[in-house]
Amino acid sequence: MGFLPLLVPLDGGSTEELFEHLGWPPGVESFAGRPLLPGVLPDWVTNTVAQAIIGAILVIIMWLVFARKQTIVPSRRQFAGEFLYDIVRNGIGRDILGPDFRPYLPYLLGLISFIIVNNFFGEFFFFMFPTFSHIAYPYALAIMSWLLYIIVGIKRFGVGHYFKKMLIPEGVPVGLYPLIIPLEFISNFIVRPVTLALRLFANMFAGHLVIMVFVIGGTLLIELGGPLIAAGSVSLIMSFAIFALELFVGALQAYIFTVLTAQYVSSSIAEGH
Amino acid sequence: MIPLEVILNGSLNMIGYALATLGPALGVAWIFSSVINGTARQPEARGAMMGTAFIGFAVVEALAIIAIALAFVL
Repeated sequence: MGFLPLLVPLDGGSTEELFEHLGWPPGVESFAGRPLLPGVLPDWVTNTVAQAIIGAILVIIMWLVFARKQTIVPSRRQFAGEFLYDIVRNGIGRDILGPDFRPYLPYLLGLISFIIVNNFFGEFFFFMFPTFSHIAYPYALAIMSWLLYIIVGIKRFGVGHYFKKMLIPEGVPVGLYPLIIPLEFISNFIVRPVTLALRLFANMFAGHLVIMVFVIGGTLLIELGGPLIAAGSVSLIMSFAIFALELFVGALQAYIFTVLTAQYVSSSIAEGH
Repeated sequence: MIPLEVILNGSLNMIGYALATLGPALGVAWIFSSVINGTARQPEARGAMMGTAFIGFAVVEALAIIAIALAFVL
């Protein structure tokens, strides 16, 4: 099995042969979704789909709890909520989008919370699988961000002016237009959403693969016995460090996804350069 | 014991991809080291610099990401 299925969002990847592969070496096959309740629910309801739904519910509950019963002197719960909200509002929204950042805040906040929660599923018991290591989910988020920045730009400038602004940088001589316009089109409307999705996917996929190599490999080494037990123990202990690294990478990728979305929106609504 | 061809299989694409990440790695490192330098010299310009830096980061990182897509596909 090649790597191509990784880049094509077919989440029903729970065919028999994939399902049977459970072991060494960890590879693409280890990422196949398992149907949750075969026979009861349709086959496409895999653990990944369930995780995405649980993640969304968790995010909604979290922000509802934080936003409940707000007082002037904040309680601890409200303070924690406001602290997290402030990071997104001031650090991402206001710094990047400028004074009229308010309409985009709910989207940015929802985006970063959803991505963080789903990335942390990769390190937490019971789930142990990062949702975004299936390419369909980052694609969906990237398409939403893509539509957002195009629609916002068209709304502000009108179709003609918006595409002129996005495709022709200021001060380019007319002779270079045939060269510049296709390049800018590819860069602004194709490479941007694709890289947005692939960056998140590649980080989550690679991180989970490294975790599997350390944990499954360490277990195998210990099972082989003899002097390899020491190597296996070191590998298992090192896996704690990898888990910690993955927590950091998960939060960082959520931040980068949100910052870049804000950046693309801001480049859509900015008045000239 | 596990036979050798089970341990050593896979695609040479991944080695090519590892080489291909060197350029974007240097680029990203350079971008953010410049931002750190700039912030140390003029802390109040941090917001403006981070904006440009993230656009540049996205463009440079795109090379590595296109490479991983090609490493998977080809």
